[in-house]
Amino acid sequence: MSERNNIDIDYVANLARLELTADEKAKFSGQLEDILKYFDKLNTIDVSGEEPMAHPFPVFNVLGEDKPSATLSQEDALANAPKQRNQQLVVPKVVE
Amino acid sequence: MEYEPVIGLEVHVQLKTETKMFTRAPYHYGAEPNTLTDPVVLGMPGTLPVMNKKAVEMTIKAGLLLGCKIPETSKWDRKNYFYPDMPKNYQISQFDQPICDGGEVEIEMEGASRNIMGEHRKVQLTRIHLEEDVGKLTHCENESLVDYNRAGAPLVEIVSEPDLYSADEAFAYLTALRNCLVAAGISECDMEKGQMRCDANVSIRPKGTHELGTKVEIKNLNTISGVRNGIIYEIQRQTLAMENNQPIVQETRRWNAEEAYTTSMRSKEMAHDYRYFPDPDLMPVRVSKEWLNEVARDIPELPFDKQRRFFNDYDLPYTLTSVLCPDAKLAAYFEEALTIYKKPKQIANFIANDLLRELSAAGEHGALPLESCKIKPAHIAELVQFIDKGEISNQIAKEVFPEMFRTGNPPGQIIEEKGLKQSTDTGELEAVCLEVIAENPKPVQEFKEGKEAAINALKGQVMKATRGKANPKLVDDLLRQLLS
Amino acid sequence: MSDEIYYKTATELRSLLDEKQISSVELIQAVIDRTHAVDSKINAYLDTNENQALAMAQASDERRASGQTRGPLDGIPVSVKDLIVEKGKKARCASRILENFTSPYDATAIINLHNAGAIPWGRVNMDEFAMGSSTETSYFKKTVNPWDLERIPGGSSGGSAACVAAGETILSLGSDTGGSIRQPAALCGVIGMKPTYGTVSRHGLIAFASSLDQIGPFSRCVEDSAMLFDAISGHDPLDSTSYAGEIPKCADALRTKKGPWKLGIPKEYFPDTLDPEIHAAIKSAIESYREKGCEIVEVELPHTDLAIPVYYIIATAEASSNLSRYDGIRYTHRSDETSNALDIYFKSRGEGFGEEVKRRICLGSFVLSSGYYDAYYLRAQKVRNLIRKDFQEAFKKVDALLTPTSPTPAFKFGERSDDPITMYLSDIFTINVNLAGFPALSLPCGLTSGNLPIGLQIIGQPLKEDDLFAIAHSHEEAHDYCKLHPCI
Repeated sequence: MSERNNIDIDYVANLARLELTADEKAKFSGQLEDILKYFDKLNTIDVSGEEPMAHPFPVFNVLGEDKPSATLSQEDALANAPKQRNQQLVVPKVVE
Repeated sequence: MEYEPVIGLEVHVQLKTETKMFTRAPYHYGAEPNTLTDPVVLGMPGTLPVMNKKAVEMTIKAGLLLGCKIPETSKWDRKNYFYPDMPKNYQISQFDQPICDGGEVEIEMEGASRNIMGEHRKVQLTRIHLEEDVGKLTHCENESLVDYNRAGAPLVEIVSEPDLYSADEAFAYLTALRNCLVAAGISECDMEKGQMRCDANVSIRPKGTHELGTKVEIKNLNTISGVRNGIIYEIQRQTLAMENNQPIVQETRRWNAEEAYTTSMRSKEMAHDYRYFPDPDLMPVRVSKEWLNEVARDIPELPFDKQRRFFNDYDLPYTLTSVLCPDAKLAAYFEEALTIYKKPKQIANFIANDLLRELSAAGEHGALPLESCKIKPAHIAELVQFIDKGEISNQIAKEVFPEMFRTGNPPGQIIEEKGLKQSTDTGELEAVCLEVIAENPKPVQEFKEGKEAAINALKGQVMKATRGKANPKLVDDLLRQLLS
Repeated sequence: MSDEIYYKTATELRSLLDEKQISSVELIQAVIDRTHAVDSKINAYLDTNENQALAMAQASDERRASGQTRGPLDGIPVSVKDLIVEKGKKARCASRILENFTSPYDATAIINLHNAGAIPWGRVNMDEFAMGSSTETSYFKKTVNPWDLERIPGGSSGGSAACVAAGETILSLGSDTGGSIRQPAALCGVIGMKPTYGTVSRHGLIAFASSLDQIGPFSRCVEDSAMLFDAISGHDPLDSTSYAGEIPKCADALRTKKGPWKLGIPKEYFPDTLDPEIHAAIKSAIESYREKGCEIVEVELPHTDLAIPVYYIIATAEASSNLSRYDGIRYTHRSDETSNALDIYFKSRGEGFGEEVKRRICLGSFVLSSGYYDAYYLRAQKVRNLIRKDFQEAFKKVDALLTPTSPTPAFKFGERSDDPITMYLSDIFTINVNLAGFPALSLPCGLTSGNLPIGLQIIGQPLKEDDLFAIAHSHEEAHDYCKLHPCI
């Protein structure tokens, strides 16, 4: 892991869609590299054969029946929207 | 050099459930914008997903239908990327443990003519996984509008191996897949309504080689013709590039249906880093033998298996089976009629020709669905019985049929009411025959000179004079008697 | 012991209410008055709903008069950490990005409070998105420690701990992802409890790290926390991680479960760096249990020192994904300076999140990113399993573990703000419990020479909250630490 400790802050901020100032970038890069160095502790033990733990208490098949329940009204659905028109949310034109 | 295309398809199919994948907000097509939401659909803070049992079962069912292996355990992962149509900015999907592994779809290639069955082949599947759909964006001049009605609807992604070798095969694959899923009640697969969507991975390689070329993903192939045309275009584009020694870049391209070309969306370097990880809000799915057996009880016969059975059991021609079998409801309708009167060919003919014609004429948007048809299967069986008993002619039956369709009355009632019962009164008929013989000396002469076919002209005249009510067999016998 | 109404416990108030010596309306008014008097110093509350609370109190009094009381918490005020949503109320997670968000629905825990007749009456401060150990990362205000106004109250549920300690409420709901209930409870001298993962529904709890978060109670006596836990716990079909089996009823168990218990002391929780006064206070608490006949045994939790990396990998990874939804599109702060759709994301999130949140989102995005997942996230999940096994192994020998809650008492503002690792080490005794999914509680067990509270952490077995509360209760009965109040 150590050789990978150079965190590419621009790449990561882009993944997370976060605008960072130059100061923040400089500060975070240093701090995150320190943190990653600290994480190297994890390499001190052998985890081969160990199951990854995704849930504290694993159970299976938590399923809901396919029966409709209440919906939000159009008004409530859009009540918090920063911008709306024609019962829809408005965003600047999206091009992919 | 000759090139061979290799194609894999990723087909998204919306499941026919009442509610969404991870919440019980209802989902159906065509509702007013943003009326099918709840806090979960909108990704409001604090909301949590709860799996839809029916959707999981439908996915297992699709897997069993297509011969997939259903692993004991599957799990949910988050696919992280930002897009305004996706409320949480991650999609709950399945990364490395899908509900279905492998599988195959039997396809039929186009035959030499419409009446001839094409070659059959099995296309290999990679996997089928379950995920949630995204909302819908409408693009205006400077803005996009977002409707979250569709967001969270259950969606299966059916991924094929790179095992298709032409645009026609891709088309045949989609058709076969759709027929199977519709037959099983898993989805309506209406591409116009976005219930079935398709992305294609297309590469080409020198014919005869085995290594796969650089693959290009084509998105937005959202109509049946779009799939065919988009793939044809892309094959041509890549072939041209190869011939001009231009490199083919690994990228994602979008099919522009109006102007019929693909444009680059993003290169491999710009590919998303989805940061998949197991969704901590959802527990894994474990499919027991019992659950599997329970779902398996509900698996219908596959359309091509039905077709083989119809060949064997009913001795139907290809042209009829290829109409009846892809449509499970129509085939069931046919078989129900057979329980009343077992004359497969005649009944199939009425269904494949008369019934479908009436249904298609009666519908306002496309054909009227079979469920709304007033004619009961038994009525068609009865109609054929009337013909076979000699009580009406084929010609009269063709007149009775639209009445049956319009009124829903049984054929017997219509024949009775309209006085269409075939005449079997030999005396009356003999008089007509004599008249026809007298008025048509030429065919009479020809018949007498041994031209057997000439009698048909006379028969036609008799039928015309009786307005079709005469029994053709009787007319034939009488004419021969009178002419001998 | 205090005679002021606002410093009474729910257990005491229940008798007073039943004996008609006080009405719920009077109780709420007393808490409102107290809050008006001291919150300008403490800064615990972000919003209060005084009129609504008084109306609910009126209704509670009417229920009581007609013999239809909903239970021991009927008419009792509860403050709510700003990340548990209430219908029609702002839920801002102490973040600018949720500045204008009003929830259209109630969290299950809030519905359960209503069903118990309790009165959620105000929303309290916290670290932004529960990321922090000092409540300093709140966008809105700095909550202080009522015991020393120059010091932090702990975090992330600093508002809950401070307002309970200052008599600005009777009870509070907080949430605990890595110690966010227990550490501020310890630093403010109150009781705070993190339940077994899955016993309290997370539906309506704004997620930080989904596999670690739990809602839990704050109070000034053990029985109050037990009653509040009883009220909010239970299976919820809206939370797939909710426990479907039976959850113990704890308040009644305090009268039946009297020990003695077998208690474990994990040696990894007493490092050389532990504050000596804290060390002494915990030792004395252990001795007190021994004197009551409890058997004290030393146990090992060998993977303890790996917990910080495991926790910060798992928690930040989950958070980076959980916080993606705050994007300036549906309900969050949208930057004015956007010209295209991508800008909305970058600028709204850049403006809307504070520094600590951004730092953790970056870290979480990194550990999940292509090429690093196996080395960080997957490995952390495997080590997490080892940490849980440590606990399972230890609990084969004991009923509970006794440890300090925090390695230090409350520190001063700004002391650790620019040193994330030191700040993260504040959680060193609490995060293991979240990783394992076990329940734990912090109980006042002394004061430092500087008059700062010290917390004893009791770690229980999953779904044995009744034992956990009973063990805490037996210590509380023998000492007066829970009855100490700060001078404000």
